[in-house]
Amino acid sequence: MKKLQVLGLGLFIVGLSIFSYLPFIGQYQLEETMVEAEVKSEHQEVMLSILRPMFGETYQINFQFISDLNRLIDAHNDDLKIREAWDEVIWDDYSFPLTKAAANTPISDYPLAYFSLSVLLAIFGAMLYIVPLYRGEPEGIKNNGIYFSSMKSRGLLGIITGTYLILFYVLLYWFPAYIANLVIMVDPLSKALSGQEASQWFLYGLLYTLAILVMGIRMFRKYKGNMYQTIRTASVMFFQLAFAFLIPEILILLNKPWHDFKNIWPLDYSFFYDYRLEGMVSSGALGMFMLVWGIVLIVIGVPLLTYFYGKRWYCSWVCGCGGLAETLGDPYRQLSDKTLKAWKVERYLVHGVLVFAVLMTAVTLANYFMEFGLLGQATNQLHSIYGFAIGAAFAGVVGTGFYPLMGNRVWCRFGCPLAAYLGIVQRFKSRFRITTNGGQCISCGNCSTYCEMGIDVRWYAQRGQNIVRASCVGCGVCSAVCPRGVLKLENGTEDGRINDMPIIIGNKSVQVKS
Amino acid sequence: MSKRKIVIIGNGISGITCARNIRKNDEQADILVISGETKYFYSRTALMYIYMGHMKFEHTKPYEDWFWEKNRIDLLQAWIELVDFQQKKLICHNGDTIHYDHLILATGSKPAILDWPGKQLNGVQGLYSYQDLELMAEKTKGIKSAVVVGGGLIGIEMAEMLASRKIHVTFIVRESNFWDNVLPKEEAMLINKHIREHGIDLRLSTELDEILDDGKGNVKAIRTKNGDTVSCEFVGITIGVIPNIDFLRDTDLELGKGILVDTYFRTNLANVYAIGDCAEFRDSIGENRKKIEQVWYTGRMHGESLAHNLSSARVMPYQPGVWFNSAKFFDIEYQTYGNVPPQIEEDSETFYWEDKSGKVAIRFNYLKHSECFQGVNAFGWRLRHEFFDRAISEKWTIDRVIGQLDKSSFNPEFYKPYHRLVLDAYNKTRGKAVKFRKTSFFHKLIGSRA
Repeated sequence: MKKLQVLGLGLFIVGLSIFSYLPFIGQYQLEETMVEAEVKSEHQEVMLSILRPMFGETYQINFQFISDLNRLIDAHNDDLKIREAWDEVIWDDYSFPLTKAAANTPISDYPLAYFSLSVLLAIFGAMLYIVPLYRGEPEGIKNNGIYFSSMKSRGLLGIITGTYLILFYVLLYWFPAYIANLVIMVDPLSKALSGQEASQWFLYGLLYTLAILVMGIRMFRKYKGNMYQTIRTASVMFFQLAFAFLIPEILILLNKPWHDFKNIWPLDYSFFYDYRLEGMVSSGALGMFMLVWGIVLIVIGVPLLTYFYGKRWYCSWVCGCGGLAETLGDPYRQLSDKTLKAWKVERYLVHGVLVFAVLMTAVTLANYFMEFGLLGQATNQLHSIYGFAIGAAFAGVVGTGFYPLMGNRVWCRFGCPLAAYLGIVQRFKSRFRITTNGGQCISCGNCSTYCEMGIDVRWYAQRGQNIVRASCVGCGVCSAVCPRGVLKLENGTEDGRINDMPIIIGNKSVQVKS
Repeated sequence: MSKRKIVIIGNGISGITCARNIRKNDEQADILVISGETKYFYSRTALMYIYMGHMKFEHTKPYEDWFWEKNRIDLLQAWIELVDFQQKKLICHNGDTIHYDHLILATGSKPAILDWPGKQLNGVQGLYSYQDLELMAEKTKGIKSAVVVGGGLIGIEMAEMLASRKIHVTFIVRESNFWDNVLPKEEAMLINKHIREHGIDLRLSTELDEILDDGKGNVKAIRTKNGDTVSCEFVGITIGVIPNIDFLRDTDLELGKGILVDTYFRTNLANVYAIGDCAEFRDSIGENRKKIEQVWYTGRMHGESLAHNLSSARVMPYQPGVWFNSAKFFDIEYQTYGNVPPQIEEDSETFYWEDKSGKVAIRFNYLKHSECFQGVNAFGWRLRHEFFDRAISEKWTIDRVIGQLDKSSFNPEFYKPYHRLVLDAYNKTRGKAVKFRKTSFFHKLIGSRA
């Protein structure tokens, strides 16, 4: 490793450490005006009275502040719950906005300085490390030492990284109050883009986009000379930056609903939720376009593009989850489980989630049009179960937090309902396949090892069979790492695409059907 | 079919392919595969990737461990010391005996070594088996410099392995260019350049004379026949492999360099067969084919063919199709189909094209008179096996092959269309006007080759 790279790694760790420390600095002081500003009007009176003991009190650390806040609100709610006064219970979570408002930290005064010292420093360090990677080396596969690396083969560093990511997701989804300082830090950026204060989701979107961009540059270095990988990576970087990050913020600036035009139901599971439908229907021509475009993607876009190109057109070229997996997750792609057992679990899980999403959406739509009381309650229940179990726990905590433990496509493989839908089309009606090159396979196992979706590619390749699998996202890495030129992703005629009883070329004495 | 006991010694690609294919046709037979090397079948060609940290041993196993029980193929990890052909039994290293009805010898190869002074020193070894790999990992731990002797496929792999661990490699090659007993000069020189690009000290036309001792039984240096001394802590001997048949000497089994077999893989003894690297054909099996075939693909075909003969009524002689092979020299992939000898034959013509990057090249050989296509060598360019298998067996003309080069490429999508450059060069140098068939815009858009 060059000195510059060591320095880069050091700066990255410093930046990350500062970033991780920032949530705990500053003082917290709650005022009545803050409650008036952050709390819904129907809760104002009661909240003002519940939180009276905290007014004027100065807290030296957010833990104490949040704990007092929650204790007071919980005590109020518990009392109501015992009396079964359900309508009066405060279901809204005010801990994040109130903590953010009460924070009195230097970050509020110098957000850009803190942003530079943490996020920008980490990016700068990462770039110092990444840009010189493989400089002066010939183009080729750069997998040397992966299984000696603690970070990349579930060693201590990998476990620490996984734990850090999991913790971050848990805070983000369920305890955002604890990272209020970080959100304050990106307020100016959010205001510049959308005119609004930042939420924890803005912070998340920003970090997510930066991760894809920085690690995308690493992909350019690592797969230098492989045009398929280069173009594909550029594509996910573009779609994340433009479609998932900038355009939605600009829409907010224009007073339109936040909308990611490349996100497709059922991955975008809330697309048919009443507030989303209302938002689109009430936003004029652009809103109608969002609705129609979304439905066109589901009904025509997915089947048609998947027919011509396979599900890769979405999963490894456009999708945000796929984008993160293919960039930030690339160092962990070899950790996916290739066993037959894992494949069985995968099929039950991923199609199970698809069924759940479809049923939930059906109930949601029925409720939307019928406005039937009982259905309304069922809808709310389903939404909260799905949001918690699938949207947050599965897609976020497990999906990304487990990168260093179970590989980079855990969510895409076991959980994503859109991947399941795309997969069904790919398996049964598509021109896409990975062609096996006659009898050239030497069963070395590089393809299977580096398949992020846990497909045992070798099993097909060594018997001369094309790989046609619902789960294949077409990342092209099996083909890249193959030392004998055996695998090629291609779109061709459906004729001969699936050959269940292949004959391996080369032996004229007997025709062996594998 | 009757219940018979088929015992296979050796769990490499030939032995395992044979076992699997017998099971497909014969539900009854008892099948036992014995190997001292590892209990489970692994891909020998992947050993280098374990050393380089691309994979762990478990990744090199082509089948999960439950596969063998499910298919009722028994596995035994043991070394066979002796075969008693009269009594039809095998004697293991621990004294156990195993009875067989049919015996298949698929014992593979072992590294060849010459009688160099110092060959027994600590740190001198070949590379063939899993044990060799473990030994190599141990002996090269923390060392700075190594020498590899022998410019073949294992030699260049060993150089790549060592270089991946930042060990300086001096690569001693007897030939005047790398592997030029197989590759034509241009290709061999292209690889010379690539080897050096990886920081390897490639010494051509150089032979090993002696391996020097450090006084404690470890290797200290080597001396070449030109008198140069190269200090090193490890010496890899990769001058080739020879059949692994020592335990069969002084028995009734007829041996040459390998175990002598006919085209049905039958040895001189009834119900005893030999396949893979250890078998030597008594008679030629075809034009330009060697009598000992030491390639993964031929090993597999031997296994397929013998399994067929042992499990079906109509026995067939071994009849390999169009020759093909592949390798990877550091970052440059190599594929070959048909007949491309190192020196062009009298009746043949050759067309060689090399990209200005010096990393992509292709050679076509064809007959002068009929312009019938004979074979192709490709470097840094993946070719479609099916296409060339057809072109050669159907005796296409060279023009027809060149005219469909766009269809024959197996490179990943978005790669540079080298086929256009080749077509231009071909037309220019041969005064021809061959053209590719036009692809419609729609077909380009959907990225279809058809």
